[in-house]
Amino acid sequence: MNDAIIQFRNVSKHFGPLKVLDEVDLDIHKGEVVVLVGPSGSGKSTLLRCINGLEQITGGDLIVNGMSVLGGNKVMREIRQEAGMVFQQFNLFPQMTALQNVAFGPQQVRGLSRSDARELAKELLAKVGLAEKANHEPSELSGGQQQRVAIARALAIKPKVMLFDEPTSALDPELKQEVLNVMRALAGEGMTMVVVTHEMGFAKQVGTRLIFMEHGKIAVDGTPRDVIDNPPNDRMKDFLQHV
Amino acid sequence: MEVNWLIILDFIPQLIKGAQVTIHITVVGLLGGVILGAIAGLMRAYGNALINAIAFVYIEVIRGTPIVVQVMFLYFALPVLASIRIDPMTTAILAIVINAGAYIAEIVRGAVLSISKGLTEAGLAIGLPRWKVIVHIVGPLAFRRLIPPLGNQFIVSLKDTSLFIVIGVGELTRTGQEIMAANFRAVEIWTAVAIMYLIMTGVLSLALRMIEKRMRIL
Repeated sequence: MNDAIIQFRNVSKHFGPLKVLDEVDLDIHKGEVVVLVGPSGSGKSTLLRCINGLEQITGGDLIVNGMSVLGGNKVMREIRQEAGMVFQQFNLFPQMTALQNVAFGPQQVRGLSRSDARELAKELLAKVGLAEKANHEPSELSGGQQQRVAIARALAIKPKVMLFDEPTSALDPELKQEVLNVMRALAGEGMTMVVVTHEMGFAKQVGTRLIFMEHGKIAVDGTPRDVIDNPPNDRMKDFLQHV
Repeated sequence: MEVNWLIILDFIPQLIKGAQVTIHITVVGLLGGVILGAIAGLMRAYGNALINAIAFVYIEVIRGTPIVVQVMFLYFALPVLASIRIDPMTTAILAIVINAGAYIAEIVRGAVLSISKGLTEAGLAIGLPRWKVIVHIVGPLAFRRLIPPLGNQFIVSLKDTSLFIVIGVGELTRTGQEIMAANFRAVEIWTAVAIMYLIMTGVLSLALRMIEKRMRIL
């Protein structure tokens, strides 16, 4: 039996005639911090979004925590509760405070009572360093703070895996670090993470595995230090010079 | 004939009766129109190809034909086609429901689609079923954006009730017409009728502005 928490089995994804993922095979194990890099259009975000079904695979099979993404709506919702997602644009619910954003999931999805959900939300906001912003609305927070709330919101449903889709790409350089620090701490706790990013410093320091994608295929798969310092192919060498 | 504004006073009770009919048609018609419009709008925004097509045809047929033709069809053609005969008042209300429903459907669709797709994805990503995303996240946000164009449609529908003169519903315009036919006081009566419409639309505008103010538009 395969103990991988995420298993891509010959996964393809087409958008009409366009093939974005081309028969990808990939196992991700518990505790790994997988960094996905590659030029735009290489399929790295799509690969990530297939894991929690925001994109539907069009070929092969994809198993998350023992459940297939092809298992229908109910199974998909269970998968999503095991795979928290953080978006490039934060996507906080603007009509809710930071605390409500975080408490919403546990209350609606995990069936926690209102007070338990708020307790949990307070804890998680403290964990991302935003205890004092609990009652602020997203529009009153900086981009870095919004993204940290978004991380707390994703953690609130107690996922087994965290998916990050370019979490720092929309942030000013000085705000990137506060988000990367939270991610670093999370990795330190042993959270399984899949991160699409251009932050090579983070990849090298925190990543346990680096995957370079090209034309919908995994072109390079290795330890970050090895493949960043000695890119195994010219395309990757070229890519690294531009990030 | 000399213009004599005081003559209006004699007809105020009659005009108010007409205005009450206008208000009755508008309120009941819009209540139905909002429900029908919300359903058709959500069908357009979230339905599969077939459901979407049904709503699309409804909206296009209604938006593409004049409301007078729709009323005439309901009142004169439906009895022939389906042996359904309805009284003028019911016809008027039904016409507002169907007509306003089509425009409100587009307003609802626009408001729903104006909410960033990322918020829907964020809701789905924490494991919410789609209906909860619509009810708790997209709905409240879309509702705030709905208010200004919805108010516009309410005012248009209120004024559209004047067209029911063609099937003899005793609303405000018809009442004015009847008074005029008896005394030929065109200036006084039509001025009075116009002012009464202005009062009704004015109150409606004011109410909507208050709702808008209380509800921060995000």
